[in-house]
Amino acid sequence: MNIPYEQLENVCRLAPEIVLCAAGILIMLIDPFIAAKRAMGWLGFAGTLVALAGIWVSSHHQGTAYSGVIVVDGFSLFMHAVVIVVAALVILGSFHYLDDERIQRGEYYALILFAVTGMCILSGANELVTAFLGLEMSSIATYILAGFRRTSMKSNEASLKYFLLGSFATAFFLYGIAMVYGATGQTGIPAVAAVLASASPSSLLVLGVGMMFVGLGFKVVIAPFQIYAPDVYEGAPTPVTGLLSSAPKAATFALMLRVFYTSFSTVAPLWFWAVWIAAVLSMVVGNLAALTQTNIKRMLAYSSIAHAGYIMVAFAASTAVGMAAVLFYLAAYALMKLGAFLVVTELGGTGEKRLEINDFAGLGTQQPVLAACFSLFLLSLLGLPLTGGFVGKFYAFQAGLDSRLVWLVVIAALNTVVGAYYYLHVIVVMYFNEPQTEFPAQKTGTELKLALLACAVGVIYLGVFPSRVMHFAYTSAQTLLSR
Amino acid sequence: MAPHGHLLTVITFLPLLGVLALLCLRAEDHRWMRRIALATGLADFVISLFLLPGFHMTDAGYQFRETVSWITVPPIFYNIGVDGISLFLILLTTFLTPLAILCSWESITVRVREFFIMMLVLEVGLIGVFVSLDLFLFFFFWEVMLIPMYFLIGIWGHGRRIYAAVKFILYTMVGSILMFVAIIWLYNLTHSFELPDILAALQSGAVQVPIKTELLMFGAFFLAFAIKVPLFPLHTWLPDAHTEAPTAGSVILAGVMLKLGTYGMLRFCLPLFPEASHRLAPFIATLAIIGIVYGALVAMVQPNMKRLIAYTSVSHLGFVVLGIFAFSSISIQGAIYQMISHGVSTGGLFLVAGMLYDRRHTYEIKEYGGLATPLPNMMSFFLFLCLSSLALPMLNGFVGEFLILVGVFQQHAAWAAWATSGAVLSAIYLLWMYQRVALGEVTVDLNDGLADASPREKTILVIVAIAVLFMGLASPLFTRRMQPATENLLHQMDRPHSSGPVLAARPVAVPLPAIAPAAAPRASASAVVNVSATALERAH
Repeated sequence: MNIPYEQLENVCRLAPEIVLCAAGILIMLIDPFIAAKRAMGWLGFAGTLVALAGIWVSSHHQGTAYSGVIVVDGFSLFMHAVVIVVAALVILGSFHYLDDERIQRGEYYALILFAVTGMCILSGANELVTAFLGLEMSSIATYILAGFRRTSMKSNEASLKYFLLGSFATAFFLYGIAMVYGATGQTGIPAVAAVLASASPSSLLVLGVGMMFVGLGFKVVIAPFQIYAPDVYEGAPTPVTGLLSSAPKAATFALMLRVFYTSFSTVAPLWFWAVWIAAVLSMVVGNLAALTQTNIKRMLAYSSIAHAGYIMVAFAASTAVGMAAVLFYLAAYALMKLGAFLVVTELGGTGEKRLEINDFAGLGTQQPVLAACFSLFLLSLLGLPLTGGFVGKFYAFQAGLDSRLVWLVVIAALNTVVGAYYYLHVIVVMYFNEPQTEFPAQKTGTELKLALLACAVGVIYLGVFPSRVMHFAYTSAQTLLSR
Repeated sequence: MAPHGHLLTVITFLPLLGVLALLCLRAEDHRWMRRIALATGLADFVISLFLLPGFHMTDAGYQFRETVSWITVPPIFYNIGVDGISLFLILLTTFLTPLAILCSWESITVRVREFFIMMLVLEVGLIGVFVSLDLFLFFFFWEVMLIPMYFLIGIWGHGRRIYAAVKFILYTMVGSILMFVAIIWLYNLTHSFELPDILAALQSGAVQVPIKTELLMFGAFFLAFAIKVPLFPLHTWLPDAHTEAPTAGSVILAGVMLKLGTYGMLRFCLPLFPEASHRLAPFIATLAIIGIVYGALVAMVQPNMKRLIAYTSVSHLGFVVLGIFAFSSISIQGAIYQMISHGVSTGGLFLVAGMLYDRRHTYEIKEYGGLATPLPNMMSFFLFLCLSSLALPMLNGFVGEFLILVGVFQQHAAWAAWATSGAVLSAIYLLWMYQRVALGEVTVDLNDGLADASPREKTILVIVAIAVLFMGLASPLFTRRMQPATENLLHQMDRPHSSGPVLAARPVAVPLPAIAPAAAPRASASAVVNVSATALERAH
């Protein structure tokens, strides 16, 4: 048998995706024969670890694969690492929860792996139809995951809502691709850029760009496409909410960056104001709505809309600095948001009973470690120093100011203060209020502890020593944009 | 810089060692927690005293410099140093922290470990703010210290503690987040976060900032500092925070934290944005004077002792702001001096109030009366501190207030005239409070059997009293070290290449073009002499 060198190299470039997909299929295949379902989870976790090693392999084979539909560059490697780490931590954090809810099944882990495969494809796509493939793959898997608590009405509602509106959004995205293809005759991301560099934008292209923006905007949950998010986040099983709020957002933002910063960079005036308005709307709507929430999952859902807004501030900068800021922010955000949802997973208890913020009264004395972790993630979401959230905001603001978006940054800064109120409210309840409900000293699963520790260490690392990550993000952004 | 090694770093981060030690103790070991916290505080104070012999009195620049690269994209440095402005503020912090720990010896009984951890972390944050010469690092410490203070008020505070804690942190954040934006903006203009580099770039004219931008950035910085001071009308968080905070929290809040605002004005607003400072000085001075008079009048009618002392802070810090924005070397030295002495005497007043609270669990003045009979020792110290706060000559408060008024009078006689009324009013509200609390017959029977100051409390009060007296008598020891830095500050405010028409609009009192052409048009007589004298020294 004679395998051409190029084929081998293509395989190396897709190593993470192949590993993840293979691990998922393996789980599906052996699941019927193994009674201890936790083993499936460990298999999935091992899969993510091998996939991380796969990133290392593919990093040595940078370039495009399969006639240019997939690209391995610093940018895609960065996003691969973010989504795969998130998947690994979600798997760790799910063991105990699934046992508790009596839904410990192999396909849960397989679906997570498939979803992450889709997100990896999304972040490495160099061609619009491939991107659509990745988007669909990750979406369909997450639709099912959102409804994984089959006996719960809310979970079913979440799944259905997510599915219906999600399909609608993907359709928008697909229409957008079709119109861009119609306008330019190309679907390759660099190819579209090349065509647009010389041609003036037609109305078909404007429509296409707009529709793609809507479709992707839905997936990253920016206002005004945010309506579904709180219900879905509330209804989905909490670890899945952790996944939904961090990984797909990161991967879709990656695609958005790649498409809008390279393909549509010459028509930036077309989308700049859309981004500007979406940023302001997301921040304002997210923060104001979060103020009034009493359910912690809904509050965190609205906060993730607000955070999408902060990311859009860096997005609007339209420079390499902005791109690097988005990357850094996504990494920090994924860790802190996931960490927060993992804490909620633990606190919610069996049947997700304790999700009202007031249920956490007195947590500071009853569960000091968990409360301290939660405070760390909340303070990071709020953006106080020593945390990745702070440095992320710093880079986002800096990128915005660098592009002279002074008012946008000022709006973002003031929104941070609004955010402070509701994040601190949770800390107030945990530490300053007297306990109202008895918090049984339940045993926190070792796996969940590990996942929380990883998130906490990551958040602090990014907050105190951001240089390496930012340096990597910046150089990858520069290479991508200089091409 | 070499002989001092890492003295400043040690002073800044030593309390963290104490935090580590506290974490190692068993949860019920309250006695050792107190001892370790106190030992850490004392050790930090003793070490910080080593700054004094190593400090070069004539050197106006930053000393004990340490620069280590921290973040590479964008270049951010762990860049620290002290000058005559920050030197005594650091000492004030290390002086007050052990006292605050000592006064919490018996009053803090719940979550003891956490309490002392918060106190020590707070100390790190406060010292960090004073030593930072990198704007990012400065902001980092500025925000870090909010968290411990938030918890101190929220967990160990009194009745409406949650309301007060949230109000405190939201107020502070509104200001500071805009300052953060301005810091980044400044970075984008100058490509540096290092204060000395930014100043050099602005002074040499390498970076020209349009006046509109300068005004906006000044506004962002000033708002953050004005909220912290707090300047009228942004002061409303202060009485609540003070009233609800535990004694130690109030001591640090009034003693050190408020000074961060005035320190920030001196360190950043004036040298970075001189044009904006000059343009807005009349407005700021007006607010400061309103604050002086308003704070005093409101203090007079407070039924709550802590609220009363809180409003005296509004009034006293109004003096400091006024001194700063008179742009004279004397008034600025007075302002710095007033910052230190206000920290000592108001800190002392809060300590006494806390001791009374420990006995009676109330701050209402009407619950007291005639306390001089059961508590003779404590009330004598109380009177002493009241006198120091109302600026009796020979005590510390007098020096600062006098220098400020002298400096301001040379520049703007009217401002000084208005401000002087504050000095008169302060005698009224403090002595009246003392009269209602201490003099006459014991009005509430419960107070009859109160125990006088314990040895621990006496120690605290004696230490504070010694500091008050020392600062009142030996003020040159302090001002001599402040003078070069303040003159350097005024010198830094000169922009040789800044825009012409604005300069021409300002009255030129004694033009000395031959000696110091750049310095002349800026200010009136005495400041010019000061500045040009410095310029001359520099030239040689």
